[in-house]
Amino acid sequence: MIKFNTKLLFLSFLLLISLRPLQSAEMIDPIKVDWSFKGLTGTFDRASLQRGFQVYKEVCASCHSMQYLSYRNLGEPGGPEFSEQEVKFIAASFEIEDGPDSQGEMFTRPGKPSDKFKSPYPNTQAAIAANGGAYPPDMSVLVKARKGGANYIYSVLVGYEDPPPGVTLDDGVYYNKYMAGNKIKMPNNLMDGLVEYADGTESTVDQMAKDVTTFLAWAAEPELEERHRTGVKVIIYLILLTTLVYLSMKKIWSRVDTEV
Amino acid sequence: MSEHEYVPKSKAGKWFNDRLPLLTLGAHLTDYPTPKNLNYWWTFGGILTFCLITQIVTGIVLAMHYVAHADLAFASVEHIMRDVNYGWLIRYIHSNGASMFFLAVYIHIFRSLFYGSYKSPREVIWIIGLMIYLLMMAAAFMGYVLPWGQMSFWGATVITNLFSAIPLVGDSITTWLWGAYSVDNPTLNRFFSLHYLIPFLILGLVVLHIWALHVPGNNNPVGIDIKKPSKDTVPFHPYITIKDAFALLVFMIIFAGFVFFTPNVLGHSDNYIPANPLVTPAHIVPEWYLLPFYAILRSVPDKLGGVILMFGAIFILFVLPWLDTSKVRSAVFRPIYRQFYWIFVIDVLMLGYVGAMPAEGIYLVLARVGTIYYFAHFIIVMPVVGLLEKTDPVPMSISEPVLSGGAEPSLARKVNDKV
Repeated sequence: MIKFNTKLLFLSFLLLISLRPLQSAEMIDPIKVDWSFKGLTGTFDRASLQRGFQVYKEVCASCHSMQYLSYRNLGEPGGPEFSEQEVKFIAASFEIEDGPDSQGEMFTRPGKPSDKFKSPYPNTQAAIAANGGAYPPDMSVLVKARKGGANYIYSVLVGYEDPPPGVTLDDGVYYNKYMAGNKIKMPNNLMDGLVEYADGTESTVDQMAKDVTTFLAWAAEPELEERHRTGVKVIIYLILLTTLVYLSMKKIWSRVDTEV
Repeated sequence: MSEHEYVPKSKAGKWFNDRLPLLTLGAHLTDYPTPKNLNYWWTFGGILTFCLITQIVTGIVLAMHYVAHADLAFASVEHIMRDVNYGWLIRYIHSNGASMFFLAVYIHIFRSLFYGSYKSPREVIWIIGLMIYLLMMAAAFMGYVLPWGQMSFWGATVITNLFSAIPLVGDSITTWLWGAYSVDNPTLNRFFSLHYLIPFLILGLVVLHIWALHVPGNNNPVGIDIKKPSKDTVPFHPYITIKDAFALLVFMIIFAGFVFFTPNVLGHSDNYIPANPLVTPAHIVPEWYLLPFYAILRSVPDKLGGVILMFGAIFILFVLPWLDTSKVRSAVFRPIYRQFYWIFVIDVLMLGYVGAMPAEGIYLVLARVGTIYYFAHFIIVMPVVGLLEKTDPVPMSISEPVLSGGAEPSLARKVNDKV
């Protein structure tokens, strides 16, 4: 019976691994990047998160909203960890609509850390209308909402190419070798030297793509570092407890003539 | 059940127990004579109880923060993930907990199938178990709708549309289920209500499941009736409690691995895209634990036929105790049936695999072959093999594996040592 079970496990394992390539047969695999947040103890690169936020703010944010994030998140542990002063300054650089006031009027005021990220468009329809009929998706959980995650987002950012011969593109449509169907309505917005990094890092396309993807990965999973840390502790605790319980079990069952 | 009459030691205990015999119940549960040769496949009852309680506790906390409204549900889930203290942990335990629950229940069911635990006198335990399984599927399906992502919405659309296949009244029933003319806010609201209700129905059935179990007592790997209590049994506590605890902890390590290190691997990335009735996802797939039934559904070219077969695939299990004609319970002593059992396991795994694939080409062929074999296993293999098979000699008791006449010693030893 033991033999049968091993066979079965092996078979189901084979099934599982064969499942993956078949599902993604229609797209080329995204570039595999060795992200610092991968693995059991992965953490975000703080400097990369801060640079990534800069790219988001100066490039992406003109079309993409991030409505589930608040400015205060930028200063929280496990994120870009801007200082309290920096977070206040960043928030205050946005004009936020508030109200109604006691006269029933809406008004604008400088942003506060507790405000949500300001969206570039008042609603989805306005976003679609301003972008040639394509909705620039909200980027709060974008990394979790795409198969391939961070690798996929990065690949699309660096995957712009001239269309191969025979492929004609409509106006406002671009060729991207990693995008499903290869057609994308977002133009290639990254070019070398586009932003001036405060820390002096050279802003190549590759660097900016990596930084902003890191930032988006954090935005989608702001709990990642705490999750990894807690997970390691929980697993160690469980293994110790399991060992103790196993020894107790052996001791208790030694009273009867049956093995456990 | 031959048990000594329990008398509480203290006066107060006796006073209370005479009025409500809870202490007698406690004594029954701890003394409950259990076959001493139960293997680790028997630890999943305890694991499933843990899963149910985990889902209820985390679910109640999630419900404190979740908003069941089509415009707010997705945002409220993100609120849980970002702003609620340990909200991410509670939600990931709940969402991965559903998968772990099904993993455990499938092992539990296939354990029962291998060792003939559904056979007389345990048919009622089996049937209550199947009712729990059906309710679990309903709860899981509705729970998957609640985050109101793309797979939530389109999964709900596909599954509720199945009812429109019913002749004459199908469309009316579907509209009635939706509470609208498509999957919409009223659908989400009622799914939330039912999703909260069902676990407590399951809890009630679990009590009945255990009650029904305690009448004949546990089956065991050898599948023979045993005297209780006897030298073939051990008291439930501490022997089975400690063993269940050990197995549960191993299970929890795997569970924690998913929760902390790959919390979204069992879900679908499309469900992090807010529901959009105007955009249909490229492939609509249910959660992994429903895939075999999804494969059966899609293997039939006719919609109503597919629905009937899909539900039939579950309901045929209800009559399983009467389809199995074998006198011997455990497949350990059934050399022919044992082979068919593993073919059936592979068939179900294959159906699960093709359920995740597009319904075309080779996958459709595999789904059809798999579906036919699924039903053939119950309708043809089980009755026929049970009648024709020459079973191996069954031991007289667990403690005395040496058989009278024609025994195969190696087999008997294997049963006694390993299982």
